[in-house]
Amino acid sequence: MGVDLNTLFTIIISAIFVNNYVLARFLGLCPFFGVSKSTDAALGMGMAVTFVMTIASAATWVTYNYVLLPGPSNIFGSVFPGVAETGMVDVLKTISYILIIAALVQLVETVMKKMTPALYDSLGIYLPLITTNCAILGVALLGTTNAPAHLSILEATVQGFAGGIGFTLALLLMSGVRERLILLDLPKSFRGVPIAFISASMMALAFMGFSGMVSW
Amino acid sequence: MNKEHTIIQEFTKGLFAHNPLFVALLGMCPSLAVTTSVRNGLAMGMAVILVITLSNVLISLIRNQIPKAVRIPCFIVVIAAFVTMVELLMKAYLPPEINESLGIFIPLIVVNCVIMYRAEDFASKHGVFRSAIDGIGMGAGFTLALATLSTIREAIGVGTILGVKISETYQPASVMIMAPGAFLGLGLLLAYFNWRRLRKGEKA
Repeated sequence: MGVDLNTLFTIIISAIFVNNYVLARFLGLCPFFGVSKSTDAALGMGMAVTFVMTIASAATWVTYNYVLLPGPSNIFGSVFPGVAETGMVDVLKTISYILIIAALVQLVETVMKKMTPALYDSLGIYLPLITTNCAILGVALLGTTNAPAHLSILEATVQGFAGGIGFTLALLLMSGVRERLILLDLPKSFRGVPIAFISASMMALAFMGFSGMVSW
Repeated sequence: MNKEHTIIQEFTKGLFAHNPLFVALLGMCPSLAVTTSVRNGLAMGMAVILVITLSNVLISLIRNQIPKAVRIPCFIVVIAAFVTMVELLMKAYLPPEINESLGIFIPLIVVNCVIMYRAEDFASKHGVFRSAIDGIGMGAGFTLALATLSTIREAIGVGTILGVKISETYQPASVMIMAPGAFLGLGLLLAYFNWRRLRKGEKA
């Protein structure tokens, strides 16, 4: 199976603009509103999410195709013939994905602390929050079962990476908007979160302009 | 945390005073994604009520056995197990089009902050009965919020409520059932609740 650059490019454009995880698919809204008060924090969070999302899509793809799916590729199939016949997709998918993500986040945190203390200092506080970021679990689920077509491992990983970039883009834009919103003289009841939601609505409207650019 | 609530108060605090969506701003992702129609909103609400009640009961039962340092992973595994059960139940008994439109948001209940919040803040500190009541109350409050938001979005965006037409001549503004309408609807609702709270504060 050769690498099809066209498909990869379509996936990237689709994940960043057309189906932006935050503004079109409503994934990862908690950090989107929680961490978007300053541009620095937004960039840190975005980088941490991109990093974990890329690794998590690859790891969950391997788990899905070699452990959970029934068939000859199942590595438990040679030991337990029953597993090769029925697979464990339905019952174990959610639990195994969330455990993989939690373990990955822990691993990334430990490795980063040891190898790159400077990067750890800037991203460290955002890492634990990522475990419960639904964008990561959402990308993992979209990269395997609910994808429109069966993705290869490279495509799934690229989709995870591009999804992270799209998340960072939305977060950065939002933080830029919010830094200016503070200066406005708004009605009292709109201050803080409500006006942030309404600005997000305008941004989502703008991102809808990208729909139809690629069909994926 | 307030001192001793009565059982009734334990239930109603989730509905209004501590409503998970409108007051605590938790569980936003599913609330915005599934509220395109009232039926979807209610189905999601039911799933959350089931998961939050069952996980509150189980976590409250094992709260003294879990070591403090690993409590979060334990909670996640308990919640994920119940979510899987509810997902399989819904696939078996609900019409396929509801499952289709809820899509990945059923497995994503695992990372719904409302459930984690109640597990950490309430069920790990209180008895089984109170935890169950708290779970039902919080779940009902979340369902109420979903129903409110989805009624508004469906009425403006499609011109129907639960599939019944509201007016013969109304031209639906379909932007309300797309992504921007979700943010706009919730933003205006939050502003309304802020406005009511501010007015109450001025009177008192």
